[in-house]
Amino acid sequence: MSHTFLRLGIAVMLLLLLVACERQYEGALSGSAETTAPEYGDTFIEASIGDASNLLPVLSSDSASSAINSLVYNGLLRYNGQLELEGELAERWEVSEDNRTLTFHLRRNVRWHDGTPFTAGDVKFTYELYINPEIPTAYAESFSQVTRVETPDPYTFIAHYDTPYAPALLSWATAIHPRHLLEGTDVLRSPLSRSPVGTGPYRFAEWVSGEKIVLEANPDYFEGSPYIRRVVYRIIPDVSTQFLELQTGSLDFMGLTPLQFDRQTDTLSFRRNYNKYQYLSFGYTYLGYNLRRPLFADKRVRQALAYAIDKQELIDGVLLGYGEVATGPYKPDTWVYNAGVRRYHYNPEKARQLLSEAGWQDTTGDGIRNKDGQRLTFTIVTNQGNDLRIKTGEIIQHRFREIGVDVRLRVIEWATFLKDFINPGNFDATILGWSGGPEPDQYNIWHSSKTTPGQLNFIGFEHPEVDELLERGRRVFDQGQRKQYYDRFQEILAEEQPYTFLYVSEALPAVSRRFRGVDPAPAGIRYNFQQWFVPKAEQKYTR
Amino acid sequence: MLPYLARRLLLLIPLLLGITLISFVVIHLAPGEPTDLQTQMNPQASAELQERLRRQYGLDQPLYIQYGQWLGRLAVLDFGESFSGDRRPVLDKILERLPVTILINLLSIAFILAVSVPLGIISAVRRNSLFDRTTTILVFTGFAMPSFWLALLMMDWFGVRLGLLPISGLKSLGYEYLSFSGQVLDRISHLILPVFVSAIGGLAGFSRYMRSNMLEVVRQDYILTARAKGLSERTVIYKHALRNALLPVITILGLSVPGLIGGSVIFETIFAIPGMGKLFFDGVMMRDYPLIMGILVMGAMLTLLGNLLADICYALADPRIRHGQQAGEKR
Repeated sequence: MSHTFLRLGIAVMLLLLLVACERQYEGALSGSAETTAPEYGDTFIEASIGDASNLLPVLSSDSASSAINSLVYNGLLRYNGQLELEGELAERWEVSEDNRTLTFHLRRNVRWHDGTPFTAGDVKFTYELYINPEIPTAYAESFSQVTRVETPDPYTFIAHYDTPYAPALLSWATAIHPRHLLEGTDVLRSPLSRSPVGTGPYRFAEWVSGEKIVLEANPDYFEGSPYIRRVVYRIIPDVSTQFLELQTGSLDFMGLTPLQFDRQTDTLSFRRNYNKYQYLSFGYTYLGYNLRRPLFADKRVRQALAYAIDKQELIDGVLLGYGEVATGPYKPDTWVYNAGVRRYHYNPEKARQLLSEAGWQDTTGDGIRNKDGQRLTFTIVTNQGNDLRIKTGEIIQHRFREIGVDVRLRVIEWATFLKDFINPGNFDATILGWSGGPEPDQYNIWHSSKTTPGQLNFIGFEHPEVDELLERGRRVFDQGQRKQYYDRFQEILAEEQPYTFLYVSEALPAVSRRFRGVDPAPAGIRYNFQQWFVPKAEQKYTR
Repeated sequence: MLPYLARRLLLLIPLLLGITLISFVVIHLAPGEPTDLQTQMNPQASAELQERLRRQYGLDQPLYIQYGQWLGRLAVLDFGESFSGDRRPVLDKILERLPVTILINLLSIAFILAVSVPLGIISAVRRNSLFDRTTTILVFTGFAMPSFWLALLMMDWFGVRLGLLPISGLKSLGYEYLSFSGQVLDRISHLILPVFVSAIGGLAGFSRYMRSNMLEVVRQDYILTARAKGLSERTVIYKHALRNALLPVITILGLSVPGLIGGSVIFETIFAIPGMGKLFFDGVMMRDYPLIMGILVMGAMLTLLGNLLADICYALADPRIRHGQQAGEKR
């Protein structure tokens, strides 16, 4: 469960664990360092644009389900605020000398929401569930690396691997499913899909389809009951409506758009009621070139295009400044990020020069370069429904025209986009984004074995050294050693420009001011939700 | 009448079959499959998973076999299981969305009728008066206004600025704790904006239709006769003219029967109302074939029945048609 995922369309279970690093904390009451003791009660209301699909984590891959499941279930491990793995259901764990065996020592005081004790049997069952060929789960891949599991006693779980596999640890952050309720049943049609039973800080209470999902604090949670008594997910498909609801105080949390953050929430009443936060999110937007096209075979052409794009202009224009320039697949504030790679500051002169060197010149005088009777023209495709990408494309189109490159922009509905364009490799260039997490393994996106139709290296990037670096990177657990591999990997990507990395956007959440204990950290703000609370005097929902 | 009815009913069967066949083929023509959302662009999903899912959903079979199987199930009123993550029966998913959709549509039609019939009459009677022109402008403005825009404006005005009405949803958060009258009020206040917004676009068409019908009727000889008899203008208009002018309304009402279960994606999305429009839209986006087909079949049935119903009512209400029909049958 490491790697990276496409931002739109597929939502990732780990989205709540991931997220980012705060840089600025707006609007805190200066001087009044509050030291109130946490108090229990109140309700936290947030909105989701889509209804959950399935509350059995093994069967769901949408963000709404994942948001609920992350509160209802636990994994063996989780990320803390500093983005380090820490034990959740596992008290502690060991990696063997040869890096091929992981031993988890489980907590003893954990009970399922129905009172049944949690044991290693549940972990084993969950593992078997994920690798069961009859269960269509989108998360089987990392578990398929496991060769054998053992449960020597009810509180020890051991996983064996043939070869060391660094992303393996993260895969054990997967939600553990209750064996006693699922074993021997038809999991695909389990009632737990609609009323889940987990071990997590919140218990499932109610689900009104298309309307809301309600969770209630688990008083028996092994880390102690969370302070906020109830969590309500309202399904509000339209973000403008969400924003209006936020303004009336009906919502306690919302991720704002740059426009809302910058221009529409600067009112006195908004600042009185909400705190706004901003931090870099995991994930980046890029312009990817189909390397199978002869046009992009020449590195100089790709570099020229990189020079022709003013990334800061994109950030200012599209994100209203709430973002940073991307130079590679990693977020600028993580340990794996290499700040020393080649950069392509906006330089149209250099771009023109590189194109001329590559043989593309405007001999016909029509403003578009040509070579061997062929005009320098191509199409950028992107998916419908993502305005940021479309705007990005329009700005890039304009910049490319200035260096004599004629670009058309085509926006296509998601399913068609994947089926007819990306998967068969039937495109020139594309604007897309990847979202990821703290795990740096990028094997699936850049390794040359992942270039067949439908796989994620759809631009056809093949580089023997990158292959080797990626293979090594996922075989060692030592962070320092991994960094060496991934530093070099980033250097090669920057030099080769198979993608022109554009920008990393910021997450811009607003949280109702009555919630205390919000503590921005590299992981964002939601990682310590259990510690959030509302002082009794300010509690809004008393029933 | 009866043989005519029987014939019409029999004709519905091949028509319905044809509709399902075409729909089935068309939705399978769209690129992408229900399995894509789970498997595409996901490094954790293997090619085997894609195959496994396709097998489970029966998508590995040729299309005509899939259609046959689907039709076979439909024959015993089994709409199948949704292809989305929850795999719930399609019928359940439709039934839980139906009441609110029908409620809003009924209210909206009632609102349209209540407003546009009098508007149409008055506009016709006082043709080209200031009132006529003003209402024409107003209803056409309502018609031309994008409903999402109007909805947002009204939400901002009544919900945020004035704080009079709730912005979205069907019930307030503490609904369970309200008294009975409180609950009724709560529901009504949540319905005001959606019903108004969904009705506003229909006012123009209906009131203009009413107006032109009325103008048509007023020119008829029997109205002249009625006036010549010395009847009061009131009796002439409301008794003789109106009843005749209302006849075509039956057709429109019949045609709006399928509309009862078809919601609008746009206002359901904006008002966060879990209705049929959103269900269908999401179904299409996810390529949830059984769900799409289920809703299409219901819509098709209601359209056909609505037409039939309109014809029957028309025959009942209008002796000219009734007699013409019988004459035709005798021939």
